[in-house]
Amino acid sequence: MSRSITFIEAVREAQEQKMEQDERVYIIGEDIGEFGGAFGATKGLWQRYGAERVRETAISEEAIIGSSVGAAMTGMRPIAEIQFSDFMTICMDQIVNQAAKIRYMFGGGLTVPLVIRAPIGGYIFNAAQHSQSLEAWFCHVPGLVVVIPSTPYDAKGLLISAIEREDPVVFFEHKKLYWTKGDVPEQMYNVPIGKAQLKREGGDLTIITYAYTTTLCLEASTQLEKEGIQVGVVDLMTVSPIDRETIFSEVCKTGRALVVHEASRNCGVGAEISSLITEHCFSSLKAPIIRIGAKHSPVPYSPVLEKAVLPQVEDIVAAAKKTVAYS
Amino acid sequence: MQDNTNLFFKFYRSMLRIRIFESEVSELFKRQKIFGAVHLYLGQEAVAVGVCSALTKKDYVTSTHRGHGHVIAKGGDLNRMMAELFARETGYSGGRGGSMHIADTSLNILGANGIVGGGIALATGAALSAKLRGTKQVAVSFFGDGASNQGTFHESLNMAGTDKLPVIYVCENNLYGVFTAQTKVRAVDSIAARANSYGFPGVTVNGNDVLAVYEAARAAADRARTGCGPTLIEAQTYRHHGHFEGDVFHYRPKEEEECWIKRDPIEIWENRMKEEFHIANDVELSEIRTQVEEQVKKAIEFADESPWPKPENAYTGVYQEEVES
Repeated sequence: MSRSITFIEAVREAQEQKMEQDERVYIIGEDIGEFGGAFGATKGLWQRYGAERVRETAISEEAIIGSSVGAAMTGMRPIAEIQFSDFMTICMDQIVNQAAKIRYMFGGGLTVPLVIRAPIGGYIFNAAQHSQSLEAWFCHVPGLVVVIPSTPYDAKGLLISAIEREDPVVFFEHKKLYWTKGDVPEQMYNVPIGKAQLKREGGDLTIITYAYTTTLCLEASTQLEKEGIQVGVVDLMTVSPIDRETIFSEVCKTGRALVVHEASRNCGVGAEISSLITEHCFSSLKAPIIRIGAKHSPVPYSPVLEKAVLPQVEDIVAAAKKTVAYS
Repeated sequence: MQDNTNLFFKFYRSMLRIRIFESEVSELFKRQKIFGAVHLYLGQEAVAVGVCSALTKKDYVTSTHRGHGHVIAKGGDLNRMMAELFARETGYSGGRGGSMHIADTSLNILGANGIVGGGIALATGAALSAKLRGTKQVAVSFFGDGASNQGTFHESLNMAGTDKLPVIYVCENNLYGVFTAQTKVRAVDSIAARANSYGFPGVTVNGNDVLAVYEAARAAADRARTGCGPTLIEAQTYRHHGHFEGDVFHYRPKEEEECWIKRDPIEIWENRMKEEFHIANDVELSEIRTQVEEQVKKAIEFADESPWPKPENAYTGVYQEEVES
């Protein structure tokens, strides 16, 4: 049975159902116990599973991730919550030098089935150290899987898949999406990692995006449709490894591509996608690929300044028109 | 008194295995049979052997960039170790790891580690895992004096103390963090005393006395297994070679080096076996040395004759399934 729940409830439910099913799963992080987590992702779980399996820690990101890597190597399946993804900078050694490389360095003798959950993103006036989208950093590291869902349905199914995976998965949740609602089945299900999805069909142009900007792109597409421009929207859902097949098949059909993300445009995921499209779909392209991302600036606090730095619906609409007009 | 003869011979054999293996590695490195960076355990043998002799095969160990000694002391296979250093297919990681990422995962060694302090949190997590699974396993983290100044040391010890995790933190204090004397970068004399900040005992032992290390490790393992929580052991020792092979820099006073080399853990133990415990004579000890030399020689032959890894497999095994590169 399906019912409408919020994104954060979907995240909570995925964790609860996996904990119920698999006693190797435990959660570790700051303020996640009785309080239920800064955003409520573990609400009620401490009461149900106790302090051993819902482990509240000191503010020690390196110990949270490092101990989780050690536990994952030795038979457990930890879910580590980092309260804001910005704080992952503090535990980068454990993510990049340890978790990501252990399988390879030890010739497959050890694996790290670990999920690191962390909220990303701006549009909530939280300023420079609580608004970042640093997914490109992690995509650049072989051995890490990077997942970023945009709907409650995808969040639950992808989180379940992430917990079941034998690799370290960085699972980013956009704060602006936490209280959006959508239909989510009560039972457990998987959404496959590494598969993008066409969230809207349209023959004039393909937009490739993920996370909160998926919502913005869908909104822009609705506006563009009124002006007679049919836009297809691909939601990547996993940004590493990238689903090249879906991107190529959609872009080859329309011949026009726009890549949109919230992270700084400079060396962002969009640069990778744009380059892949050029390498594989060059003969089908009718216009240059346009990338939209944040300005290369820390995210400001003031709403008027934040709006000027982060991508907006009107930016997407304008870029789409420019791409379609190109001949 | 319990007859410790077998255990004491085991100490000797194991320390000697490290000494002879490492001495050969030093030569092989000069002959360019071994590549990259190699950090030898020469001089610190009593620490790894004393600690690992107090563990079971199932107990976990995290090691350091100076990690060959820990693998040998835990029972690692010299052939596969040497083959890994020779960068061959038959090595522990098929040539993907090398000296700084050497491990026998079947012995629950969770890896040498190229990052100073990198293994401290991993061992803490392995201890947490053992506690959650109720297995009575203990996790040991070996690290150096330098690592005790890293943030991860303090975060991990705080977590282990709070959660009473079955972990033993073994700080091999060899006085130098890379090329810097620790007294220049640490305001307190004792590393062991840092355990006080995290609510569990810290002990200082003579790291060149294998029996003293063993006894401290046994006590710590008993504490861990009975749910009493972690222990920090500061084992004071000295590396006979430089930070890495080829290190010709002068940052250690000559007199200090000579003084420590006279306190050779293996010579000390030979003398105690002969004169204090009366369990061995020169002939027996020399026989053991010959046997170990033979083992190491065979390991070198095995490594040298082993095939190189295949370049076409270089970027496989990064993920659970192959990902387009």
